Amino acid sequence: MKPHSVAIVGAAETTQLGKIPDMSNIQLHADAALNAMADAGLKPKDIDGVACCREEPTEMAYYLGITPKWVDGTAVGGTSFLIHVRHAAAAIASGLCSTVLITHGESGRSNVGRARPSVHPGTLNGQFEQPYGVMGPPTMFTIPVLRYMKEYNVPVEKIAMVPVVQREWAAKNPRAAFRDPITVDDVLNSRMVAWPFRLLMCCLVTDGGGALILTSADRARDFPKKPVYILGTGESVESRLVSQLESYTSSRAFRVSSKLAFESSGVKHSEIDHLMIYDAFAHLPIWGLEDLGFCGRGEAPDFIAGRNTAPGGKLPLNTNGGGLSYTHTGMYGMFALQESVRQMRGEAPAQVKNAQIGLCQGVGGMFAAAGTIVFTNQDP
Amino acid sequence: MTEYKKPLPQPTPETQHFWDGCRAEKLLLQRCKETGKAYFPPRPFSPFTGSRDVEVFEASGKATLYSYVINHRPARGFEDDAPYAIAVVQLPEGVRMMTNIVGCAQTPEALQLDMPLEVVFEKATDTISLPKFRPAKS
Repeated sequence: MKPHSVAIVGAAETTQLGKIPDMSNIQLHADAALNAMADAGLKPKDIDGVACCREEPTEMAYYLGITPKWVDGTAVGGTSFLIHVRHAAAAIASGLCSTVLITHGESGRSNVGRARPSVHPGTLNGQFEQPYGVMGPPTMFTIPVLRYMKEYNVPVEKIAMVPVVQREWAAKNPRAAFRDPITVDDVLNSRMVAWPFRLLMCCLVTDGGGALILTSADRARDFPKKPVYILGTGESVESRLVSQLESYTSSRAFRVSSKLAFESSGVKHSEIDHLMIYDAFAHLPIWGLEDLGFCGRGEAPDFIAGRNTAPGGKLPLNTNGGGLSYTHTGMYGMFALQESVRQMRGEAPAQVKNAQIGLCQGVGGMFAAAGTIVFTNQDP
Repeated sequence: MTEYKKPLPQPTPETQHFWDGCRAEKLLLQRCKETGKAYFPPRPFSPFTGSRDVEVFEASGKATLYSYVINHRPARGFEDDAPYAIAVVQLPEGVRMMTNIVGCAQTPEALQLDMPLEVVFEKATDTISLPKFRPAKS
């Protein structure tokens, strides 16, 4: 896919975020999809491609009344939506379909009509990780961090700066779940979850969803909202077994995916005005900044503590407040994409002035998967 | 023996030899014969080359503590153990594996990265023993 050949012309989140006990998992997808179609001025009959996960694209197409020519059910964790964007852009550019709807909805907090993922004892995870008492992402995603801290002599106080800075962004956002300022002491005095991770270093658990609509760039200027063009994309996977990752100070999937996105977009690091890095836990922006090449090895904690990513800093990062303070349904990638689109449209609550190029980095299934999208609001 | 309440692995044809080894108190790894490199978890081919020419060998049982968390929200069956460390250990043979560290306090002070460890086998059922690691005696 050439840069600028496909654009996002519809984007919306669910009407509510947070605690939505009166809506099922599939209805959260649909609520977001209806909002995105309204945003783009489209009806279900105008959509001919559907991508989603945790609800099958078959169910979504049926539920919404869509007859697709193309579907994608890639389900590799919370970054799946970034990968859907990449696949959809390729499908549109090659003529397989013209208008793709990507949906996410998750009743992560209320658990209404949600099939909960389980681990079979005969799978690789079931045999080689579950028997040792892992308890979801807070005990798996976090295992590499002590190694990183020792390798680069980083104290836990520096990791705790990540949620502190992101709370500053959240304070500017009326839809953020947590908006009150916090200090490093607050983080280090919050409840212990899995040493060295305390509650405020872990993401929220919420209900919500989001949806995107993509079409070819030559049609994109006919829609109500300013098009957000896709400049470059990347994806990769490594392993769902956190014990088997190649490195505990870097993610191979981050490196491969982001390199593809930089190369395909032709964009340089210095040209990125706005950055999103999926932050299910406090260390992920650190991994992202280093693996994407914005910081040298071991330098991201000081970069963040030095307020480079904070409001007023030179590299605005996770400007919605992130998974740590804005919302996190279980698969946050869709919300990172939504904030990238808002910033490119110029309609974000904490708008980065004159932002022209944004990059969104997703991660999924612990460090199992990554997706990267580079956006611009500049017409070709 | 009281009933084992924690999650148990269910061996598959490709991993049965590993779990049989654990039951006999042997830590069995596999090696790619083309490259000479060891790998884990078990599979009947080399993840380095795709070759099916692989062999099983017994590991030294030594390891060092590579990284860990101390979990305060116990998984099913681990209620009496919390807080407990979920660790990844580095074997000198070149592979890493997830495990628990036994025979020492579950505290950051007692659990120092790179400390030497040795394997022990904890019998869970008549057919399953889990490889765990304790601070090395020698």
